[in-house]
Amino acid sequence: MLAFLGRRCLIAIPTIILISIFVFGLQKLLPGDPVLVMAGEERDPELIALLREKYRLNDPIPVQYAAWVGNIVQGDLGISLRTQQPVTALIAEKLPVTVQLAVMALIIALVIGIPAGVLSAYKKGTWIDWVANVVALSGLSVPNFWLGIMMILLVSVQLGWLPASGYVPLSEDPGQSIRTMLMPAFVLGTALAATLMRHTRSAMLGVLQSDYVRTARAKGMGEGTVLVKHALRNALVPIVTVTTLLFGELLAGAVLTEQIFTIPGFGKLVVDAVFNRDYAVVQGVVLCTGVAFIFLNILADATQRVLNPRMRQE
Amino acid sequence: MVEKLGAVAPAPEPEPERPAGNRALRKLRRSPAALFGGLLVTFFVVVAVLAPVLPIPGPAETDWGAVRKAPSMAHWFGTDEIGRDVLSRMIWGAQASLLAGVVSVVIAVLLGVPLGVLAGYARGWTDAVISRFTEALLATPFLILAIALAAFLGPSLTNAMIAIGLSAMPIFIRLARAQTMSVLTEDYVESAHAVGVGHLALVWRYVLPNIFPPILVQATLTIATAIIAEASLSFLGLGQQPPAPSWGSMLNIAKNFLEQAPWMALWPGMAIFLVVLGFNLLGDGLRDALDPRDT
Amino acid sequence: MTTKRTFALALAMGLGASWAQAADLRIGLQDDPDVLDPDQSRTFVGRIVYASLCDKLVDITPDLEIIPQLATGWEWSDDGLELTMTLREGASFHDGEPFNAAAVVANIDRSQNLEESRRKSEVKSIASVEAVDDYTVKFTLASPDATLIAQFADRSGMMLSPKATAEAGVEFGLNPVCSGPFEFVERVQQDRIVLEKFADYWNADAINFDKVIFLPIPDTTVRLANLRSGDLDMLERLAATDVASASADDGLIVEQAVSLGYQGITVNVANGAGADSPIGQSELVRKALSLAIDRDVINQVVFEGAFAPGNQSFPPTSPWYNADFPVEGRDVDAAKALLAEAGFPDGIEIDIQVANNPVQTQLMQVVQAMAGEAAIKINIVAKEFATLLSDQSAGDYTASQIGWSGRVDPDGNIHQFMTTGGGINDSKYSNPEVDALLDKARTSTDLAVRKESYDAARAILADELPIIYLYHVTWIWALDDKMQGFVPYPDGMIRLEGVSFNE
Repeated sequence: MLAFLGRRCLIAIPTIILISIFVFGLQKLLPGDPVLVMAGEERDPELIALLREKYRLNDPIPVQYAAWVGNIVQGDLGISLRTQQPVTALIAEKLPVTVQLAVMALIIALVIGIPAGVLSAYKKGTWIDWVANVVALSGLSVPNFWLGIMMILLVSVQLGWLPASGYVPLSEDPGQSIRTMLMPAFVLGTALAATLMRHTRSAMLGVLQSDYVRTARAKGMGEGTVLVKHALRNALVPIVTVTTLLFGELLAGAVLTEQIFTIPGFGKLVVDAVFNRDYAVVQGVVLCTGVAFIFLNILADATQRVLNPRMRQE
Repeated sequence: MVEKLGAVAPAPEPEPERPAGNRALRKLRRSPAALFGGLLVTFFVVVAVLAPVLPIPGPAETDWGAVRKAPSMAHWFGTDEIGRDVLSRMIWGAQASLLAGVVSVVIAVLLGVPLGVLAGYARGWTDAVISRFTEALLATPFLILAIALAAFLGPSLTNAMIAIGLSAMPIFIRLARAQTMSVLTEDYVESAHAVGVGHLALVWRYVLPNIFPPILVQATLTIATAIIAEASLSFLGLGQQPPAPSWGSMLNIAKNFLEQAPWMALWPGMAIFLVVLGFNLLGDGLRDALDPRDT
Repeated sequence: MTTKRTFALALAMGLGASWAQAADLRIGLQDDPDVLDPDQSRTFVGRIVYASLCDKLVDITPDLEIIPQLATGWEWSDDGLELTMTLREGASFHDGEPFNAAAVVANIDRSQNLEESRRKSEVKSIASVEAVDDYTVKFTLASPDATLIAQFADRSGMMLSPKATAEAGVEFGLNPVCSGPFEFVERVQQDRIVLEKFADYWNADAINFDKVIFLPIPDTTVRLANLRSGDLDMLERLAATDVASASADDGLIVEQAVSLGYQGITVNVANGAGADSPIGQSELVRKALSLAIDRDVINQVVFEGAFAPGNQSFPPTSPWYNADFPVEGRDVDAAKALLAEAGFPDGIEIDIQVANNPVQTQLMQVVQAMAGEAAIKINIVAKEFATLLSDQSAGDYTASQIGWSGRVDPDGNIHQFMTTGGGINDSKYSNPEVDALLDKARTSTDLAVRKESYDAARAILADELPIIYLYHVTWIWALDDKMQGFVPYPDGMIRLEGVSFNE
């Protein structure tokens, strides 16, 4: 196991270097002079020259890259060109927001997805299976920004049940925090619930036809016990893997959801930064997400190995 | 590794019966879901193709006297923020959305499959480089990558398609690589190689035909995600540019008039939903039909 | 007895606390402000926050008259080269430092000499500033500058604690210390900015809130939904298209003021190769385009009649507006005739760039449809704002839909755009006659002379049209009806003196 983890982490190093080059390169490719935006409506030429100098925008790109990497190694992701807050502080501030959103979305997805998948597999071929499948595919097909808009229209504007936007930290007022996050989490969770349902169903179908389930049934065990204790437990391996991977997807999927519900998280931070040409922020955030994604992948593979002993021999 | 955008494809369920012969097509025809998906897709394709000859007002024809009017006999789907017929814009917008879906997937396939086959065939350093590159691309959040690319190339439908195509490429690299590797282990390929069949001929004769079915399935499902991606980029103002319509850009405008003109947001969203559902159903059906485990 | 009294006191305090809770004002902003340092910041929403956070030397009335704030009086020397200001006594900064002449000197020095200062051009005319005594300060100018006082009514006149600026330097914006009615508590980027009442404020009696919380919510529909649900007490920049429904809502109050700025189409007349186009080379074509546009219909269709159609750098409501050149009606035939006269009887094609936000693209689509009827085919080139700006400044454009947020002094709306070598003269328009008139208006402190100069300049510009003005934004605020005392100002700021909840 340790050897496996070590090897995976070693392979991750060139990937991370590549990501850093992407991230840095993309930024340099973005058109529109960041300094021109920063200099304000008057665009004083003297100030523009000065800012270019200060943010080393006149240096050759490899030199800029080297300086950037040098700082990162020391734990410094630079400062936001727009508000002058350190990027590391911004990330520390935004991460809990997006994690809360992602966790809530994941819970919603698990609560809907797994039971639906189990039921649909158990009732394979009946109308329950059919409905569950159609609903799941619909969940995958609905553009979630549109779902978000429609929910704001219905739940907030028309019915006034939930706040249309905003964010209250969990530590400040847990009830209100969950209330404000409920709609965005639901929107983000639908596609995931659908994905999970499909995976659960397919895993369960495999397991339900296996010998030990048949044996358990033959022994006269109750259907509920068979389903949960024998079938679901064995089907959990692929489900857990998918869930770990989906968590990475969630962080990325939060981009539009946060934009629509004005949630001050990672996604909103990075999109606003792209539009404001706030280089340091875009670079820092994308790099962090990329690295997180890679480690989630390693984690997913590791979990799979732990849960499924057969894989260790391969 | 999982496909991007949540459209994770689970393994097809085992089928007890195994009919022989022209099995795939027959199976596809027997699946009501796949048929329905095909029907949805066909409907939107036909509507998009017929847009120029349908008896509808031009998509850019304005009427200052009928700004944001609710659906009526004159305008079945209502009018938009500067008095254009929403139905007409929906129909013309279908062209943009379908084109975006198909073209960006074609870009992804044309770039991704050769790279993947190369990696799977050549192995060694080539494989390592391509694989690390793919992982790095996959680790960069899809939408962020697309937003940055679209912003770099400048907001337009063409550039959105390029951005989506590039962002979707890694899936095809991985798929093609894995498929190539598995095909190459088959006995008949090994013996073909032994009797001196050249590399290119080998790829052309054995590898490509064998990896075609899974690529087709993946492409169909990716069209669905690409259509949503185009809508998302247009929604952020980075896709189709005015006055030309696309469903995503219509939604981008519509969100400012949710209260006064909810129909402006309703129709494009429904259309995206239906066409994406169509591609997803079709893709699912294709996967079941082409499942090699059935042969 | 003692216990009882303590209990009563605690009860009273408890009540007081809950009442204080109710005196928290929540304001919805359209954007997240940039850095909170008046010397460095550049956003409009930033200025809205400063209106509560940082007092200025002078302020304006809704009619744009300059009135005292931290300066209680001022006087110009006859040659217009010396400005003497008397300062308010008893004002202090949020960190307890006293406000005095030395503080003014330090602030002007910072605006002029901080490397990253965005204020340099605004205070350029000041050659030196000295503290005559503790509460008198004298500015000596290099050349007469009638605009200076108005600059002091905005960010250049905001007074920051010299102690705080000396300590924080360029990072002052992370924890700004000023002397306004509220002091800085915290900021969570893209989420909120919290200010709390400054107990030692010189005009504390006029302040009725304990806290002000600014919440950036970019989406107009969502912002309004939050006001309706009571999560906000007021918001700025209600969408023009929401005015009708908000006005009809009994629980809401809508307030409006025509802004100081403008929106228009800037034409590249001499900025590099991009100027080589029919519209760049021929003023007749520019006039034709202007005539092809129905500004009233634009206002009706895009802004439901809430904005002010315009054709000059000042809105029709401004005292500086030249009434001899009223907003002309649409005349398609005249436009076609002008095109023919310019040598394009079959019409022309123009690329116009526009920022890719929904409202501006909607505007340009309406303009496009109108111009099309006059044989002017407009291609809308949508760009992100950052790209639009750099292309415009590099001359890489034919025409550009862009606006200006507006300044209190008329000079700020016209001089830098229309004079040869002007800082943001992106059309590179140049006419010595206009230069002379606008320079004269800038240096004279005689209002009549200034008005005359602007009128004369307008007469020339109306023919040459380097910028085709379209309309003036109206600032629209929506407030919960429990609010009272809010006064709309044309600079779009939210001044909280005298504003309160009526419960």
